[in-house]
Amino acid sequence: MQEFIQLIVSGLANGGIYASLALALVLIYNAMGLVNFAQGEMAMFATFIAFTLIDRGLSYWIALPLTLVIAFAGGVVIERVVIRPVERAPVLTLVIVTLGLATLINGTAGFLFGYSPREFPSPFSVRAVNLLGAFVSYRDLGVIATSAVVLVLIYALLQRTTLGLTMRAAAYHPEASRLLGVRVSWMLALGWGLASAVGAVSGIMVAPVLVLDPNLMQTIIIYAFAAAVLGGVESPLGAVVGGLIVGVTVNLAGAYVPFVGGDLQLAVALAIIVAVLVVKPNGLFGRATVRNV
Amino acid sequence: MNIAMQRLRSAPPRYWLVLVVAIFFVGLPTVVTSFQSSEWTLVLIFAIVIMGLNILVGYSGQISLGHGALMAVGAYTSVILIHRYHINYLVTIPIAGLLTGVVGFLLGIPALRLSALYLALATFALAVVTPSLIKRPVQLTGGVQGLFIAAPDPPQFAKDAFGAVTGGAVMTSDQWFYYVTVVIAMVLFWFAWNLVRHRPGRALRAIRDREVAAASSGINIAGYKTLAFGISAFYAGIGGALYGLTSGSVYPDSFPLALSLALLVGTVIGGLASIAGPLVGGIFTFWLPIVSGQFVASQPWIPAQIAAVFKNAGPAVTYGALLILIMIFAPNGIVGLITSGYAFLRRRLRRPAERETGQAQPDPETV
Repeated sequence: MQEFIQLIVSGLANGGIYASLALALVLIYNAMGLVNFAQGEMAMFATFIAFTLIDRGLSYWIALPLTLVIAFAGGVVIERVVIRPVERAPVLTLVIVTLGLATLINGTAGFLFGYSPREFPSPFSVRAVNLLGAFVSYRDLGVIATSAVVLVLIYALLQRTTLGLTMRAAAYHPEASRLLGVRVSWMLALGWGLASAVGAVSGIMVAPVLVLDPNLMQTIIIYAFAAAVLGGVESPLGAVVGGLIVGVTVNLAGAYVPFVGGDLQLAVALAIIVAVLVVKPNGLFGRATVRNV
Repeated sequence: MNIAMQRLRSAPPRYWLVLVVAIFFVGLPTVVTSFQSSEWTLVLIFAIVIMGLNILVGYSGQISLGHGALMAVGAYTSVILIHRYHINYLVTIPIAGLLTGVVGFLLGIPALRLSALYLALATFALAVVTPSLIKRPVQLTGGVQGLFIAAPDPPQFAKDAFGAVTGGAVMTSDQWFYYVTVVIAMVLFWFAWNLVRHRPGRALRAIRDREVAAASSGINIAGYKTLAFGISAFYAGIGGALYGLTSGSVYPDSFPLALSLALLVGTVIGGLASIAGPLVGGIFTFWLPIVSGQFVASQPWIPAQIAAVFKNAGPAVTYGALLILIMIFAPNGIVGLITSGYAFLRRRLRRPAERETGQAQPDPETV
């Protein structure tokens, strides 16, 4: 039982990381109907920036917001330079462009920072605390708390501010928004910037658990895909719930299903993706799509 | 005889190009080293797989980021058949192709339900998971260690012919395998060329461009889409089998995500929905990195550290940048650039004459 609770809590912590990255995917999906395959690599790059800042002697709590600002600016620039020219292109083109972006960022990180793994500091100690009879590390609790804060902030921004309303309007009905004076294209760039910053949080949280190298997010992005698909890819709440479910499921499957074990946990994510897409393509919280023929 | 000559003279330039390319590939091993032939074998293998991917992505408009996984199916089928059941390696190639084709056909059925975006997502996940999936059935796949097979010996007739052409050189197994690959590649390219010019190709293009209109013209959408998946997987399986045979071994990590992405890069760079594209794409994605890597390593003035970084990160940076640039500026790839450049030149040269006759250019897609 104790082991079970521990698995659940550490699953929730992993889930929080997946949820942040899935949330980033959802932000871009909502803005332009595209799953950004480069999201993980963008987060990895931001984590390297944070690492460099901390390495230069900056305190963690100064480096973190600074990194998020840089990630935001980077996201906006990427949208302006790379996505803008193909904004109205078919989905296939967009997917290929974001894959190119992912490869490019991965290679650039390898070029600038090398492929040797690095230890990334965490502000939370790995010391365990007794919680309901199970031992849970402060780091896991810290990750869960950070994810919760990010989610609340994004929710507040989208639902409670004029800017959030404008962004949602631009995504929902571009033509009408443009007539009302919304600069739709810039809203897209803003969405990319926001997604980039949210994704960066997931990278910074996961790096202390794993080690930092250019392939940091290659598996995390799969879990984030699974989370986004499970939650319904246009629902921010779905991304969070999906992330938590994926985190816990993968953890439990790894521990209790002998066939899965440690090395097929990724296959669980694949199974979730395929099962959801075939059985309930809109996910848990997604709207059913209606197509005019 | 006269008619034959006339037909020969009026043949479009691409026929001559095909002839030149064929002569180039048949003659190549007689002038380069055995090792270089084996590099070109890889290029041709990837050209075959890219041709398959092109049928899927370029002609039928479905996407797969998981063709590395299908190559793995082909490679493991072939190597396991040789390793455990001692079947002749040439026989295992079509078996691997057909089996992978069936697997692809079956994959195509759930793919019917998915939009392009979700299909990309699911196949991307498949590509990432593939190595760990292969490791699991250790009894069958040899686990992390992989499986090994001996290099095939060239048959006597090939040795004799090669010796006669090169003036007594002994044919290595790499060179023999190069020729096996060339023949298979020619057959498969010819097949693809016929496929896309006839009924199935037209149906696929119609589905790609406007699915609803295609369906209302009586095209069996589900049938053709899964067929495209099956054929594409068949190519990947053949390519995979050749890949396993020419490497002499298969490992789970021979089929990483990077392989699947490189295949997509090759498809896009060469040119979507083009028959020559996959060959150009294969050369671009699998020959240029090798050659440029060797070039950098051989330059004494480049420090070893930078050369190592170049070797590791160079292809990723170049592929990424090229994917983006090509999708933005030249969606039809290198072949598209060449054909549109050629058409532009022709227009320039023929303009005065055409103005008099008023003849319209035939649409190349409908010929």
